[in-house]
Amino acid sequence: MRGGASVIDSIKDFVSWFFVTGDPLIYGADVAIVLTTVAIIFVLTYFRKWDWLWREWLTTVDHKRVGIMYIIASLLMLFRGGVDALLMRTQLAFPDLKFLSPEHYNEVFTTHGVEMIFFMAMPLMFGLFNIAVPLQLGARDVAFPFLNSLSFWLFFMGAMLFNMSFVIGGSANAGWLSYPPLSELTGSPGVGEDFYIWGVQISGIGSLMTGINFIVTIVKMRAPGMTWSRVPIFTWSVLSSCIAIIVAFPVLTVTLALVFLDRFLGAHFFTTDGGGNAMMYVNLIWMWGHPEVYIIVLPAFGVFSEVVAAFSRKRLFGYGSMVFAMLSISLLAYFTWLHHFFTMGSGADVNLFFAITTMIIAIPTGVKIFNWLFTMYRGRITFQTPMLWTLGFIPCFVVGGMTGVMLSAAPADFQFHNSYFLIAHFHQVLIGGAVFGYFAGLYYWWPKIFGFKLNEPIGKWAFWIWNIGFYVCFMPQYFVGLDGMTRRLSSYGWDKGWWAMNFTSTIGGFLMGLGFLFQVWQIAHSIKFMEKDTTGDPWGARTLEWSIPSPAPLYNFATIPVVTDRDDWWEEKERIAAGKAPKARPKLEPIHMPKNSPIPFIQAICWFTVGFGLVFHWLWIAIPGFIGIALTMLAHSFNYDTDYYIPVDEIKRTEAKAGRIV
Amino acid sequence: MAHAHHQPFAHEGGHEGHHDLEELRKFGFWIFLITDCILFATLFATYFVLHENTAGGPGAKEIFELPGVIVETFILLTSSFTSGLAVLALNAGSRKGLIGWLLVTILLGACFIGMEVTEFLKLVDEGHTIHSNAFLSGFFTLVGTHGMHVSLGICWITALIIQLSRHGITPVTQRKVHITSLYWHFLDAVWIFVFTFVYLLGVS
Repeated sequence: MRGGASVIDSIKDFVSWFFVTGDPLIYGADVAIVLTTVAIIFVLTYFRKWDWLWREWLTTVDHKRVGIMYIIASLLMLFRGGVDALLMRTQLAFPDLKFLSPEHYNEVFTTHGVEMIFFMAMPLMFGLFNIAVPLQLGARDVAFPFLNSLSFWLFFMGAMLFNMSFVIGGSANAGWLSYPPLSELTGSPGVGEDFYIWGVQISGIGSLMTGINFIVTIVKMRAPGMTWSRVPIFTWSVLSSCIAIIVAFPVLTVTLALVFLDRFLGAHFFTTDGGGNAMMYVNLIWMWGHPEVYIIVLPAFGVFSEVVAAFSRKRLFGYGSMVFAMLSISLLAYFTWLHHFFTMGSGADVNLFFAITTMIIAIPTGVKIFNWLFTMYRGRITFQTPMLWTLGFIPCFVVGGMTGVMLSAAPADFQFHNSYFLIAHFHQVLIGGAVFGYFAGLYYWWPKIFGFKLNEPIGKWAFWIWNIGFYVCFMPQYFVGLDGMTRRLSSYGWDKGWWAMNFTSTIGGFLMGLGFLFQVWQIAHSIKFMEKDTTGDPWGARTLEWSIPSPAPLYNFATIPVVTDRDDWWEEKERIAAGKAPKARPKLEPIHMPKNSPIPFIQAICWFTVGFGLVFHWLWIAIPGFIGIALTMLAHSFNYDTDYYIPVDEIKRTEAKAGRIV
Repeated sequence: MAHAHHQPFAHEGGHEGHHDLEELRKFGFWIFLITDCILFATLFATYFVLHENTAGGPGAKEIFELPGVIVETFILLTSSFTSGLAVLALNAGSRKGLIGWLLVTILLGACFIGMEVTEFLKLVDEGHTIHSNAFLSGFFTLVGTHGMHVSLGICWITALIIQLSRHGITPVTQRKVHITSLYWHFLDAVWIFVFTFVYLLGVS
């Protein structure tokens, strides 16, 4: 110790190491984060909303509220990942532009991928699961409401941990799948990769639990009479997605744990020395990663199927083949992972096997496209926003699917591999397939969630701007890819001749950003001006969730429906229209509901603490976190007072308020 | 898979509600076990890929000592048997018998963990650590993950014993006994694979 000055110096050293410094963009972000935090704290305190926030939201186990929280968080992440995309597109708009440094560019593309897949697509999908599945099943909640809340908070804390990295410690920069040896200590000595590992690991555990939860919900909690052939098609898509989740996510858990052991304990799983095998990482991560693509896209297919049937006023064409197609996709998804690295020298036979399985998976997908088209055929189609996104999806996915078949031809892939052709392909299937689907689902179920429809004219503007922006952005990328531009480039020379296509692509990117702003405007405008939906069924839709008031009461169904048809609600409406008596309802009984619990939120904070401590190798932070996890688990295990009954009088009052007589 | 309409509804009111909730949780636990199977399968796969990558160091044949592992195996198999006896005591409605056999089970589990820790410490002492080479990284991770599962099981059953002595045999504690016993048997099955494919094949 040499007195005060050196203490101050070491504090300065620490701060400049701990916080990311030196980039005006980051300083801007710092200011934005601090201002937003202050604003949130101020508003909550000024309006005395802390107690409300805690009781109604942070501790809730109601699947509908958990769903809303998923959706809000994922839309924020869509914004964050979208800003990353625009930063990249700005950098690439002109050759040799000095907007982002190559190092910063690496961080931005890594963050963009991670945000969009793990923290936007997955939670938006889980949000829709939570909103729709129990209601479609005629159930009062998911099978494990406590676990459901824990899943959400794990996702949320994982996302926050990952997001912190760009102002504290530094972001990951080894790509969204973090291949070794780049992600090993030798390639990434900073803490960015550790943020990646723990952010994704914690939220991934949440996803795995969601998979288990929804399988049990769907298998065991269907309303009486809902045989497998009467299960709504979205719920089928959720089931096939969850089957893929429970098989794929444990592989991700292990893979991340192993790369962490390499970094933390100096193990040699994937290192270049000590007998490690980096290629094994690539196999493992894609054993999770390829099914993940289908995990994300299958529920979107489910949404399209619901929407097409509802807005064509027809029964879905080919229900059985649709179910079969989805289940076979969730199975085939495991036998395609190697197509992500045909060029890595696995040998002709192995490449051939995976090329064929990849092409085979296009068949059930094609079947579905025809089913949607035949559903529309001679239907009474109305072009409201959910239907528009569905119609926009079909050509987009057909093109994306066909370029996928081009990529799956192993010899041709040697040419396309890691080029912008690939970038264009997967954005086309993931945006065109998954994001369009989730938007369709969000518009479709919005009135069920909040009790009012979103403004249609602004929504149509948003749709067209998004769609035009999409093609302007990604079509040129196919061609610039065929012209030899590879992915992850932060800059290129004028002599390459890529300028015009990149510039066009950037314009498209900003158009999509504009489309997103229109959606924000649409939501804000609708909250202010839209009229409340009193019917509970504003689209004239077909499945059980539309038979109850909007927003659904806490207990969902005053009496559990007895299902006699596929599209049970539609058939019921037809019966009533034909002058027949509606189905008899059983007498009201007290409803058994789970109690709110603070434990999921607290436990997720403990996980966050563990992750943060391990990122910086500070065991004095990580160990208390571990103890906290153990204590919260025990506390939950020892708590036998987890549920209560809603009395009949209260149900009657709630239903009467929603205009229903029971 | 049972159809929902064949059985009373899970979250429905009435006194039957609790019982079905327990069924639901058991089913959920089975699915959790599937995910745990895949987790171990992945670790086995990495071990097989790496088990000859010793980077010049000694291999399985040189460093594994079978006698200790065989004793460990017998202890764990016995604990699986005693956990079965605990379930039989539960079915017979004997709280004392149940708690007694659970205690025996976790004691045997603790012996197993003690021997494993001793084995690990001895290896580390001889200079064979997770850092030495890919083979040992795979070995310590696979076997260590199993050991962590067993340790977790010990804590879990301990908590359950406290609950049993507080609440007695209720539908809730009954389900918890069934689930922990399922978990314990599962760990036993995983160990048989570890014993066969890591140790026996390693020294042969």
